[in-house]
Amino acid sequence: MLTATYALLFYAATVILVVGLGRKIWQYANTPAPLKIPTTPAPVTQGGVVARMFREVVLFESLFKANKWTWLFGWTFHAALLVVLIRHLRYFTEPVWGWVALMQPFGVYAGFAMVAGLLGLWARRIFVPRIRYISAPSDHLMLALLLGIGISGLLIKYVARTDIVALKAFCLGLIYFDWQPLPADPMLLVHLTLVAVLMIVFPVSKLLHAPGVFFSPGRNQVDNPREKRHLAPWAARLETGSGGKR
Amino acid sequence: MVELNIRQPVNREEQPDPLEIPSLERGAMAESKPYVASPDHQAAIGYPGELVDNWKEKAIDKLGELVGKSRALQVYLDSCVKCGACTDKCHYFLGTGDPLNMPVARQDLLRKVYRRYFTFAGKYVPWLVGAEDLTEEVLDEWYSYFHQCSQCRRCSVYCPYGIDTAEVSMAAREIMDSIGKGQKYCNEIIGKVHTIGNNLGLQKKALQATLEDLEEDIEDETGVQVRLPLDEEGADIMLVTPSADFFAEPHVDGLIGYAKVFHQAGASWTISSYASEAANFGMFIGSYENMREIALRIRKAAEDLKVKRIIFGECGHAWRAAYSFLNTLAGPFDFLDQDYPIPQHICEYTHDLIEKGELTFDKSQNDDFRLTYHDSCNVARASRMGDAPGGQFEIPRAILRAVCNHFYDMPADTIRESTFCCGGGGGLLTDELLEVRTKGAQPRMRALQQVSDDHGVTHMAALCAICKTQFAKVMPEYGFEMDAVVSIHQMVSNAIVLDGQITDEDDEDEDEAEPDTAGADADEGEE
Repeated sequence: MLTATYALLFYAATVILVVGLGRKIWQYANTPAPLKIPTTPAPVTQGGVVARMFREVVLFESLFKANKWTWLFGWTFHAALLVVLIRHLRYFTEPVWGWVALMQPFGVYAGFAMVAGLLGLWARRIFVPRIRYISAPSDHLMLALLLGIGISGLLIKYVARTDIVALKAFCLGLIYFDWQPLPADPMLLVHLTLVAVLMIVFPVSKLLHAPGVFFSPGRNQVDNPREKRHLAPWAARLETGSGGKR
Repeated sequence: MVELNIRQPVNREEQPDPLEIPSLERGAMAESKPYVASPDHQAAIGYPGELVDNWKEKAIDKLGELVGKSRALQVYLDSCVKCGACTDKCHYFLGTGDPLNMPVARQDLLRKVYRRYFTFAGKYVPWLVGAEDLTEEVLDEWYSYFHQCSQCRRCSVYCPYGIDTAEVSMAAREIMDSIGKGQKYCNEIIGKVHTIGNNLGLQKKALQATLEDLEEDIEDETGVQVRLPLDEEGADIMLVTPSADFFAEPHVDGLIGYAKVFHQAGASWTISSYASEAANFGMFIGSYENMREIALRIRKAAEDLKVKRIIFGECGHAWRAAYSFLNTLAGPFDFLDQDYPIPQHICEYTHDLIEKGELTFDKSQNDDFRLTYHDSCNVARASRMGDAPGGQFEIPRAILRAVCNHFYDMPADTIRESTFCCGGGGGLLTDELLEVRTKGAQPRMRALQQVSDDHGVTHMAALCAICKTQFAKVMPEYGFEMDAVVSIHQMVSNAIVLDGQITDEDDEDEDEAEPDTAGADADEGEE
């Protein structure tokens, strides 16, 4: 019963995440960008745009310019989350990939770094009046959700340990549609539930910044408007019309 | 002309920081609103004259339409994580402390409505995600605070996703226009451009007379016949410049500078009376159609006059509309000479000539000016000059250094891509908004004060008609003379040595003679 519930929960969460995110990405890709609006100075070549996007996504360049504390906490959280996610790949691969195995020792520290980053971000949200002003309940809840995931994960590792071999069998069983029993440890169930919630809210929340950044015209456009016209399909239709008044 | 800044240097410790973050003053600027456009002004540019009966539905429909037509709007409304990076970046927030002038809070005025009607979370749990119904109060806030954004893009530099509040406020203004609540200043002006050809409503005759007067002034000053041609078919270059250049100070001194540069380069050029405006206020109200219509006037003028090149005068958002949008809106310009950038900026043109050594300057003519340079926001963050990114910062400075001995930049975090808006951009340059304009100028004025204290800077050059008008108006509020703002080509004009120009010695003779030339003795004095 427990196994089936969680198995179905994760299938549903995965479908919602993939379909929801896929729809959003399709929408972003297919919404016309009618004018050249990169924030300048901007790269004048496609290669330059790739480099700019790399700095933005990997180093958080603009955030670094904006505010060193937010950058420190935000970058720490995201980088640590990436390492933690990589570390978790070992529950879904058999045999475990070599590079994933290499990352294991770092993954543990990353768990702490992730929680520290989130606490820093939350502190700013609570104690800096400007940021408190712009925060909706969902902004606090999102941090709570991520913190819950991080802390429950650390507790499983250090305090309320679970049968990790059985858990891995459960995870692999999900992938191969060959369900294996899920250990009924409360902390594990909390951890898994929160992860499922995160997956479900991803496509309907501000987590859309993840795909959004790649589609931001302010960052992904080449600065070449004098050389190339940049006509949106709906704008092109204006030209075949009267050419005069609307 | 050489009025020095009257402020005494103050102790470095006491200097207020241009970037000082104010404490939050809720509602401080809630009453700042521009005049509403009259039904005539609205109708003239294709909008309903008054607030329509079903304005809520119309506004929501329009929002949906705009989101579907603009990837920027769609992505920007979805992606904000409320990290706060932008919260201390807007000059209007720094100057007023009103939290709704924080870029993210300004965006949220529209975002909360977008969420309520277009997102899953906003439809079902609005309280959770800060979604709100569109009400009269919300519309009021829109009208107030989307007219306290000068679309300068400073916030977009610092946003980790490049979210640009300018795009959001343009969309909001387009929505308000479409339901009959437009802004008088912008919409009246756009109407004038559509019918007469420039923001000021200057008819061809007046333009002709002005240009002839300027020709006389230049000849009186230099002894050289420098022409300012109007509507000359077959000229090589068509100059499109903000109409303020035709009469406002210090703008007109810049126009004289362009004319001298063209003259000295031996260029064949003309101004068009049909497209006698570089500004494109269609951009401010987010109206692609109006922006396109204004751009098409420039194309038509170029075709009618059979010119080979288009060069734009000193104007900030006009250069954005020209550099970034003209080719898209009114191109392709395959009938122009493809060997030159289309369009080209007057600074690019002058800078090329300087590089080639084709202009001679007497820099000492500007020795009374200790200069700094204000990067105009739309040039800095929404366009480029030259071939390399950042040319928009280097080229104007290179020109100023070539014509002036004393140049000092303001603090690094207040110039180039971090520059502030003058406080009057984006359709805010109207008297009823003077309070927010003055407060919005505060960061720039503080930065100017620093460089004035540290290096004795007396004047600030700008290359934007709005910046020049705005600074001339608000500088006295901060203890500077109103003529402490100058045009870049005014500095060029002062220093350029035209072939056959009255020499310095002649000049000095005149200067010495002047004190004696009172009344009837004038003629004698000149002997």
